[in-house]
Amino acid sequence: MSPKMQNTVRLTLSYIAIAIACVIILYPVLWIVGSSFNPGDSLSGSSIIPKDATLAHYKSLFNTAESDYLLWYWNTLKICIITMILAVAMISSMAYAFSRYRFVGRKNGLMTFLILQMIPNFAALIAIYVLAYITGLLDTHFALILVYAGGLLPMNTWLAKGYFDTIPKELDESARIDGAGHFRIFWQIILPLAKPILAVVALFSFITPFTDFILAQVILRSEEKFTLAVGLYKMISDQFGNEFTTFAAGSVLIAIPISILFLSLQRYFISGLTAGGTKG
Amino acid sequence: MEATERQTKHRKTALALSIIPGFGQFYNKQILKGLMFFILTVSFAVAFADLINIGLWGIVTLGEKLPRDHSIFLLTQGIIAVLVILIGLVIYFLNLRDAYLNGRNRDLGIPLNSVKEQYRNVTDQGFPYLMLSPGFFLLIFVVIFPILFVILLSFTNYDLYHSPPANLVDWVGIQNYIDIFKLDIWRDTFLDVFSWTIVWTFVATTGQIAIGIFLAVLMNQKDLKFKGIFRTIFILPWAVPAFVSILVFAGMFNETFGAINNDILAAFGIDAIPWLTEPFWTKVALILIQFWLGFPFIFAMVTGVLQSIPDELYEAATVDGANIWQKFRGITLPMVLFAIAPILITQYTFNFNNFNVIYLFNGGGPAVSGQTAGSTDILISWIYKLTFTSAQYGKAAAITMILSAIVIGVALWQFRRTKSFQEEDMM
Repeated sequence: MSPKMQNTVRLTLSYIAIAIACVIILYPVLWIVGSSFNPGDSLSGSSIIPKDATLAHYKSLFNTAESDYLLWYWNTLKICIITMILAVAMISSMAYAFSRYRFVGRKNGLMTFLILQMIPNFAALIAIYVLAYITGLLDTHFALILVYAGGLLPMNTWLAKGYFDTIPKELDESARIDGAGHFRIFWQIILPLAKPILAVVALFSFITPFTDFILAQVILRSEEKFTLAVGLYKMISDQFGNEFTTFAAGSVLIAIPISILFLSLQRYFISGLTAGGTKG
Repeated sequence: MEATERQTKHRKTALALSIIPGFGQFYNKQILKGLMFFILTVSFAVAFADLINIGLWGIVTLGEKLPRDHSIFLLTQGIIAVLVILIGLVIYFLNLRDAYLNGRNRDLGIPLNSVKEQYRNVTDQGFPYLMLSPGFFLLIFVVIFPILFVILLSFTNYDLYHSPPANLVDWVGIQNYIDIFKLDIWRDTFLDVFSWTIVWTFVATTGQIAIGIFLAVLMNQKDLKFKGIFRTIFILPWAVPAFVSILVFAGMFNETFGAINNDILAAFGIDAIPWLTEPFWTKVALILIQFWLGFPFIFAMVTGVLQSIPDELYEAATVDGANIWQKFRGITLPMVLFAIAPILITQYTFNFNNFNVIYLFNGGGPAVSGQTAGSTDILISWIYKLTFTSAQYGKAAAITMILSAIVIGVALWQFRRTKSFQEEDMM
């Protein structure tokens, strides 16, 4: 085979492999989008491109009398945003303390974080359930937000601390000589310089609660308090098949905004995960 | 230096007097600080005396009389009491340390700090603690406390028949662990679930890693067109929230209306496959789904690494007459694996605990008669079922402990090899 032939064969095979991969990736996506426009409740006799497409399922999701979907959306966004603010505030101040101060207990504190980040926070799910139950916090968003925020702290504090360590200490020192206090250095010097890592932490703190199913399933009981994950699961598990087209519409409405958010910010995700993986 | 020659014993006296908090400081003539220590200790003791008293009694006995005692409340109070005592001990230790250090300074003739200097010291040294305290407080309550609770729970017989307020819970030592390994019904289920967890972890994770690396290398060829579009498509499964994709797959694999049986397999003339009712096929479906869900992450990571491998390496290999496969084996694979090794290990632990895909796809089913776990349940989803379906809290806690030991073991092994452990800045 001549080198030119070899090249053509290689490229053709590559394109074929890529095409197969694309079909496998896109098929479920197209199927669910198609289903969401499919008239009727079930899928029997449907095709991936429905003949008489309808927006009825989307309309019924937006009809608050018929469905709690909008409420679930609102609950989810509320929980995610509050978790994000809480987590970022705590993580940045803890990372600042760990990065810039040498105090009694620092090493033990860092070790504790390192060990805690290894334990998946739903490992203690029985305890979280029982504790929420006896403190009367079962079925509240408050409990869920606290559990999410707490679970985010160990890993992300390490992540942020690693970044803070790279900000030159001379900046703090010169500010200190100019008379800036501890908090002012944190607020006016470190935080503005740490924006990239704060963006990563904020992103993680938003996405983690958004995509969590298990903790929400354990803590939330009543339908009007559900998050999207629990609500969508209920929609499909209660009467599988009977409401599938509405479920499909609900899925599409979650997947589109989150995918766009994700794809536009994936650079941050990857940089955060790489740093998290190699720095601990 | 006259002062050092004077053989005083201020440090020992101050330390001894500090057995009653504050008195060592009084001896060091730091009245205000001494008062603060003293008042803090007294109020601590007064405020928490009842809690500590009941808590310690409760955690030892777990209640003696019905309906007065609620074992789980007592256990909770007991843990809080222990935590409070620990905080108290820290304060007490700080008091001893302060008295001793100031006493030593006096022995050495170093003048003690004035009240004003002490105040500045407290604000300076206290600042990091101030910054840490909200986060630590939250961690103690939502992470550390639950972990302690699960550890203790695994040594009790808390289940449906020993469940407050109607019954008391008792300490049973390591009975739960013994039962899991000795009682036939528990051991069989445990071994079934455990072996599937291991198979699942290895097959699903290794597969997604292989696919991710393969596609990344494929996409890294210089003369390929439309890379941007293809890369975006390949990242797509990662971008869609996993719970949505899994539920959609549950629909696609559905035996009555799902597209896999009705459209795809039918088009090839293959008979319908019992994806959700036959354990073997459910396992196959789960692994395929996890390939789909998991490869984009590896793909993205490896793409980043590939772009950082210098072209000269490949050019040199070409000069030496290496073919594509040799270049991949000799250059690409080692560099990629080295760069993403830590991430790969977290992928294995992630799938080891991948509750979502197992539970959302088929609820761990199909069910196995006579067992508390379904045929595709992994440890974490079995724990969930034991807790919420069978109310076997004690056993579930014991299995959680086993699972955590495995995960922490792997993680420790991994972290010993990464930078953060060797970082001199650890302290």
